[in-house]
Order: sequence, then structure tokens, then C-alpha cells
Amino acid sequence: MPRRFIRLAETERQTVSIEIDGKRSQALEGDTLLIALLSNVGHVRASEFDDGPRAGFCLMGACQDCWVSTVSGKRLRACSTIVVSGMQIVTDRSEATWSTRV
Amino acid sequence: MVDPRVVVVGAGPAGVRASEILAAAGLRPTVIDEARRCGGQIYRQQPENFVRAIDTLYGTETAKARSVHAAFEALRDRIQYRAETFAWNVVDGQLHVESGGAKAALPFDALIIASGATDRVMPVPGWTLPGVYSLGAAQIAVKAHACSIGRNVAFMGTGPLLYLVAYQYVKAGANVAAILDTSTIAERLAALPALTARLDNVFKGLSYLRHLRGRHIPIFNGVTPVEISGADGKGVTSVSALRRGGRRLEIKCDAIGLGYHLRAETQLADLARCAFKFDLSSRQWLPEIDEDGRTSSKGIYLAGDGAQILGADGAEIRGRLAAYAVLRDFGHAVPDDTVALLRRQLHRIERFSRGLARAFPWPSKLVEALPDDTVICRCETIRAGELRGSARLKGAWEVNRAKAFSRVGMGRCQGRYCGHAAAEVLAASAGVPIEEVGRLRSQAPVKPLSIATSDGAIR
Repeated sequence: MPRRFIRLAETERQTVSIEIDGKRSQALEGDTLLIALLSNVGHVRASEFDDGPRAGFCLMGACQDCWVSTVSGKRLRACSTIVVSGMQIVTDRSEATWSTRV
Repeated sequence: MVDPRVVVVGAGPAGVRASEILAAAGLRPTVIDEARRCGGQIYRQQPENFVRAIDTLYGTETAKARSVHAAFEALRDRIQYRAETFAWNVVDGQLHVESGGAKAALPFDALIIASGATDRVMPVPGWTLPGVYSLGAAQIAVKAHACSIGRNVAFMGTGPLLYLVAYQYVKAGANVAAILDTSTIAERLAALPALTARLDNVFKGLSYLRHLRGRHIPIFNGVTPVEISGADGKGVTSVSALRRGGRRLEIKCDAIGLGYHLRAETQLADLARCAFKFDLSSRQWLPEIDEDGRTSSKGIYLAGDGAQILGADGAEIRGRLAAYAVLRDFGHAVPDDTVALLRRQLHRIERFSRGLARAFPWPSKLVEALPDDTVICRCETIRAGELRGSARLKGAWEVNRAKAFSRVGMGRCQGRYCGHAAAEVLAASAGVPIEEVGRLRSQAPVKPLSIATSDGAIR
């Protein structure tokens, strides 16, 4: 999915290198992990309830829709985590899938 | 009398002004805030390495934002400030907090909860597609992160934030596709007498509107949202609504800011066993408070939008009043003239906020036409039909009972984003007044907490 967020200003910051689904990607220092991800890709995780990709919703730590996984399986709430160089995030691996269709 | 141990939750406008009054009385309150920097959501600060001028962020509210931030900075050595700390439970005179995986219990004699509000959302088919964000989220993206949520953004819902955020997007250079407002111009005109309580705000709103019209942003009033459409590998591609008169409207866009004014964050007050009442004006359950913010629970005080949706100016006043209430209850001298003045200012803001609720009403009736397969609970993908089934087939139309059957309200957000709509769905299905379906009980921890959280002392 193409990147979702468009930077309008503050683009002179130092870059931070992270890996998204194995692909080296650039974020900017001071970004939250959610901003870092969505300025590169179009979603951050798959719904465990089988209804497609998700890309966060509230950006203020309330909706819990942007919990993402690292390659090592650690979970991070992307909107309230500051991006750190070397983070490795997977966007398509859900912990489990519980189908809601019978 | 020994000085009381006072804890303030939240460093937005209410928490900052409460802390200021308490510190001035020499009480050294502990201030807990989830954010990295003070300001709350309304006066949220951009990261330290950003360079935009402060008036780019706060516009007409720059002086207020600056004043709140400066007031808090000036308190640093007279309060105990715990940033990036999450208050997750209140039990037996202790506030339970977590920070960086470590936890602590803070005993208090008085607790001022200034937990703020989140967006109130009315579901619409397609609202879980990537690219749909709450209006508040859209605002945070542009203000705190200098980002637009998409290349071409539509805003849908109602409330003053709808126009403010659209205006902020245009100002920041983002593309705004359209504004779709469920409220009508007639509703806004009918609310004018109450809105005159704060004419300055009315004029601000009109200036945003003028700016948007000047940029030829299409604005539609009195719409009925139909659906948000998307495509695989893309997320949102358009939003559809019915115009007044029934003609269908489709706006192409790749992002949507969605919101219907605000809902109070009341979980901590609930866990502290404060009594609640249904507020007909804003159509939501709110903790019962006296005019200074005292609750039915001894030692628990509320301030800001977490007590009553009054906006930032009301939050500053309620913050001060709650602090004076604490001081008075613990035997400190309180300036009666100041308190009387604050109460008078508050009454004016309350009148204005009732006007706003009338001008931009929560469109509760929309739930009746929501298709059965509309997702209500985005945490666990539970649809309107399942909720209606619990009301109709199982007779469970009380919200907590319906939650047990359907799991709506049991997901990770604990009903923050589905609770109000779910209650409306249940009330409509069962044919009972909204206040009769009750109120979702809050559970600790009020947000997810890692089970690995240790007993180690915080910092």
C-alpha cells in the first residue's frame, strides 16, 4: 500500500533508518513510530479479526488500534512510541486470526 | 492540619491550572501525565527538534497555549512532575501508575482527575478502512507531526472541530476534498441565542468558514453518511452521503477525518466510585460534580473535559476551581472573590457549550439505518446486527449485559470508540430511552498494561 501520511513541513530533521517488512526505510528524528511507518507504507498491522489491514485511528493512545509487532515479537503502541534507529517492524503478521465469519 | 497529599492526573489546561493554584498554596502536588510534554491534546506541543513557530500550531489560541505551557514550566521545582506516566487504577486512596514498565501506587488525600476527552464517533460502513482517522487524530497529525493524514482529505461528522481541523489543513498546505456536516444550518441558527454567550468564539468559527469558502472547499450541511469505500491495497477511496433532499453525493478522497464532537474520559472517576448522571444536553453519562468539581467520592475532584465537555477555556476554569475546592476542604484560605468570578465565567461557558450541543447535535438517529454488517466495535470487528441480536433475541439491551453477549465494549479500547454508538443501537433496537440502557462499567487497567510490568520503583 502506498504511503499514507504526507509531510507538510519539518522535513529538515535528521533521518532515522528503520526496517519495515524487511525493507530499509527512512523516518525522521522525533517521529512517533506510527508517523514513521505511515510516511512509508499504507497500513501498520492486520486485524486479528479477519477484516483487513489497519492504520491506527486516534493517534493519542486511546483506541489501541496501532499496536505493531517487531521482528522479535515485541509489541509496541506505535502512536506513543518514539521511533529509534534500527527498529524492525512487521505489518502483516497478526498474533493470531480469529475469523468473524461463519 | 497537615498538608494533604494531592495528586493531579493530566497536564492539559485543567491539570496545569489546578497544579498552579495548589503549588501557590505550597502543597507540592504530584502531576501525572501520559504525554512527554505538557499541554494536553488541545495545547499539545510538537517534539523538541521541530522548528515551526508557535503561532503556526495554535493560530488564534497561541497566547493561551503559550500561557499554559509557561505556567507549567514555572512550576517545575514546586511540583513533582511525572511525564510519560499512565494512571491506570484508583483503589482505596491510592492512584496506581505505570511508567516505562515499572509501576507505583501513589497514596493521596485529594485526587484531581483532569483526564480530558476523546473524539465521539458514529460508525459508518467502511470506517475501519486504512485512511479513516478520528478528527482529533487528523489534528494531531498536522499540529504535532506536520503531516497530513492523506493526499486528499475529506472531513465528516459534526462539531466545531470539523471546521477547525479542515481550516488547519488548508492553512498547512494540505488538500481538503470536502466537509460533510450532519448538522443543519437551521440547527445552528436555533442555537444562536445560547452561542451569544461567547461571541468571540462565534466570530472565530465564522472566520474559519469564510477562509474555507474562500478556498472553494465544498461544504455540505445536513448530510446523512452512507458509506466509506475502499479498494484492496489502497485503503479509503471515497466517501458517500445523502444530501438534504436525498441526492447521493460521492467525494473521492484517500483519507477521512471523522468525529462528532467529544466524549469525556471518565474511567478513573468511575473506578473511584463517583456517582454518574445522564447529561441530556451532550447525550452522555458524566460524573456528578458540584460547581467546583467535587464528586460523590470523598477526596476525588474532577476538572476539564473529563468532567464536562466545555473546551480548553472551561478546562482552565474548572482546574482552578477544583484546586480551590481541595484547598478549602483541607482548611486552607481561599480567595472567595476569585472563586465567585470563576464560577460566573464557568456559567457563561456552560451556556455556550449547551449551544454547541444544539448547533452540532450528536446524530443519534443515524444508528437506526446502519446496515447490520456495519462494524460497531473496531477492536474485535463486531457488527451492528450482533448487537441488535443481543437486544432483540436475548433481551439484553442493558449495555453491560449486551457487552457480555456480544463483546461490544470489551475490546482493547474498552468502549471508548464504540460505547456511545453501541448504546444508541441498543436503545433503538429495544425501543427504550438512551439513559435506560445504562453506562459501560469501567475496568482497570483503563488501557492495556503489560503483564510484565514490574514492582521496580519508577525512576
